Amino acid sequence: MTQETSPAHPRPAPPAVAQASGTRPAVSVSAEPMSGAQSVVRSLEEAGAEVVFGIPGGTILPAYDPLMDSTRLRHILVRHEQGGGHAASGYAHATGRVGVTMATSGPGATNLVTPLADANMDSIPLVSITGQVGASLIGTDAFQEADIVGITLPVTKHSFLVTDPAEIPNAIASAFHIASTGRPGPVLVDIAKSAMQLPTTFTWPQEITLPGYHPVTKPHAKQIREAARLLATAKRPVLYVGGGIIRAGASETLRKLVDASGAAVVTTLMARGALPDSHPQHLGMPGMHGTVAAVASLQKADLVFSLGARFDDRVTGKLSSFAQNATIIHADIDPAEIGKNRAVDVPIVGDLKEIIADLLPELAREHEAHGKPDLGAWWHQIDAWRETYSLGYSQPDDGLLAPQHIIQRLGELSGPESIFVAGVGQHQMWASQFIRYERPNSWINSGGLGTMGYAVPAAMGAKVGAPDRTVWAIDGDGCFQMTNQELATCTLNDIPIKVAIINNSSLGMVRQWQSLFYENRYSNTDLHTGHGTRRVPDFVKLAAAYGCAGLRVEREDEIDATIKRALEIDDQPVVIDFTVSRDAMVWPMVAAGVSNDDIQYARGISPAWDRED
Amino acid sequence: MTRHTLSVLVENKPGVLTRVAGLFARRAFNIHSLAVGPTEHEELSRVTVVVDVDELPLEQVTKQLNKLVNVIKIIELDDHASVQRELLLVKVRADLAIRSHVLEVVELFRAHVVDVSPEAVTIEATGNPGKLVALLAALEQFGVREIVKSGTVGIARGSRSMTDRALERVPRPA
Repeated sequence: MTQETSPAHPRPAPPAVAQASGTRPAVSVSAEPMSGAQSVVRSLEEAGAEVVFGIPGGTILPAYDPLMDSTRLRHILVRHEQGGGHAASGYAHATGRVGVTMATSGPGATNLVTPLADANMDSIPLVSITGQVGASLIGTDAFQEADIVGITLPVTKHSFLVTDPAEIPNAIASAFHIASTGRPGPVLVDIAKSAMQLPTTFTWPQEITLPGYHPVTKPHAKQIREAARLLATAKRPVLYVGGGIIRAGASETLRKLVDASGAAVVTTLMARGALPDSHPQHLGMPGMHGTVAAVASLQKADLVFSLGARFDDRVTGKLSSFAQNATIIHADIDPAEIGKNRAVDVPIVGDLKEIIADLLPELAREHEAHGKPDLGAWWHQIDAWRETYSLGYSQPDDGLLAPQHIIQRLGELSGPESIFVAGVGQHQMWASQFIRYERPNSWINSGGLGTMGYAVPAAMGAKVGAPDRTVWAIDGDGCFQMTNQELATCTLNDIPIKVAIINNSSLGMVRQWQSLFYENRYSNTDLHTGHGTRRVPDFVKLAAAYGCAGLRVEREDEIDATIKRALEIDDQPVVIDFTVSRDAMVWPMVAAGVSNDDIQYARGISPAWDRED
Repeated sequence: MTRHTLSVLVENKPGVLTRVAGLFARRAFNIHSLAVGPTEHEELSRVTVVVDVDELPLEQVTKQLNKLVNVIKIIELDDHASVQRELLLVKVRADLAIRSHVLEVVELFRAHVVDVSPEAVTIEATGNPGKLVALLAALEQFGVREIVKSGTVGIARGSRSMTDRALERVPRPA
């Protein structure tokens, strides 16, 4: 037999917009003569873009000319393309809309590789427009030529190389459609300078024709029924919630499922805020630096229901020992995620909003027929873990500030409507652990790629997307030095973000691993920015140089007052240099490649699993 | 590991082969052979990929291929329900002393001689991979001087067409 190896689940009807009927309805937008460059700007406008983060250069120059006249597009001139890419990502994170970035060919485009890879890992809808050398020069090693389509092939959802100006509207329309539907992701549109300079006619496509692109959104009824039956009969169920819930805008429906099922819930690093931290069934974050209750509940579960998560190694620990006794239901918009790392008992492909909406009545029917399950023993066990191993930290021995305390106070004083954006490292983990997230789109970080330097530009993008919300970049002294040039962009464009540098004068997470696994041999992790050093650079002076308010906190009694002062400043960006102890470590911890069963609550302290109380 | 033949229908656009081949490399799958060519519809190309891979990773790579925007349809060609062929051109030493023996082998395998010189003949043969291996083994004794081989192409047996249903999704010129 010839075997159909396309997904195990039949493809339902594709969404209308992507339908390839072969005949195009009459276009309502009549063809207008204009240049290719004007067509680029006009296409971005028609696609619904409002903000473009970019920086001009030789090959993208033609597009920047009509951009100057656009009343619908706000262009924000960034200082580095990487900053532009992360800003677009922060904008998309905060708003759920497509983030747009623009760069020139060659180095401009290669500087976008990191933000594209970052967006690809974290499923962020981005469209990047890059200039390319003129069509006749492509392939000749021309000045500022780089094969950016080739370079970014592995880290984009899709890409287009446009050499014919007539193709510009269709490429940009398709890029927005692909970026924002299905599993969101970055799309690159590389446009030859010659195509921008040529005359063309602009027609906005009324229908997007992508014969090979049909994301499944409607889940299979049989799988939904099976999932409901399992959820209604499990004795130790855990909902393993990932960033997909936030991308799908499914937080509210998730809440209903949580309440109806009575199951325990864990939210991954990408899903913090998908369910309020104040919800009694919420056990916090699972994984390498997750809470003991979250990690243990997954290990001991008899049912793990994954919703928009991908069984990342940072969550599962040693894969073969992850949730060994659990039946697995895996719901995701991307069929390739299902069964990729962990074998699955019930696969559900679809949009999480629709999946949960379909699941709720089935679950109610199960409860009606067989009664609600008694989860008393399970919750008794979980509560014991929560009580014994609650999140905490100890005061550092060196008399310097505890970073965890500062981050906790930032969350408490700033409130749940704020947006917190983190870089990557210890401060990121503490920000995930010690701030209580009560709503989606309030926690933004680089989860999959782990991009140091993400915070400042992403916070800038988030603030542009949500100008009425307080936006904090919680950053490390290492991360901050990678992308802080965007503070100039913030100051000049009235984007008053607040930056809290958790300054431990070192590459803290690497240092922590050196402490734990390399016998305190601190190879190349000292940054000389903190207490008792030459402070190069001095972050307060640097802030002032960028036109920001610069504040420093070195004593416990200054913390609250300084945060409050920062919250009052709304006419310029604020940078607070919090000088903290470099010996503080992130706990709990599951060492890389080790079983989750061996989680350490603090250094050398592992929970006693067998104790039944 | 077992050998699998995937037939991948793709849009006939620049760069699509790179996307398909790159995906195999990126996900650490080894391509045994790859052949690409036009189909009966100018909008479509067909890629035949032969991979050595276990069942589960094959499912993963198929899913990843399906995610490529330019990939329209993928089927696995089962050995028994499909016809699979390779093309072989081989240059064999064949001076007068042994030429008749070489030609005997050519006859036996229903191959053809496509070029002759005083010292050598070039033989063209098509067949399933097994047949071509056997032919090469039979020619080995005479002295094989050069081999060039195409990737496998394959088609399912029976009346159904892979492109027919897939085409419903492809825009046709008016």
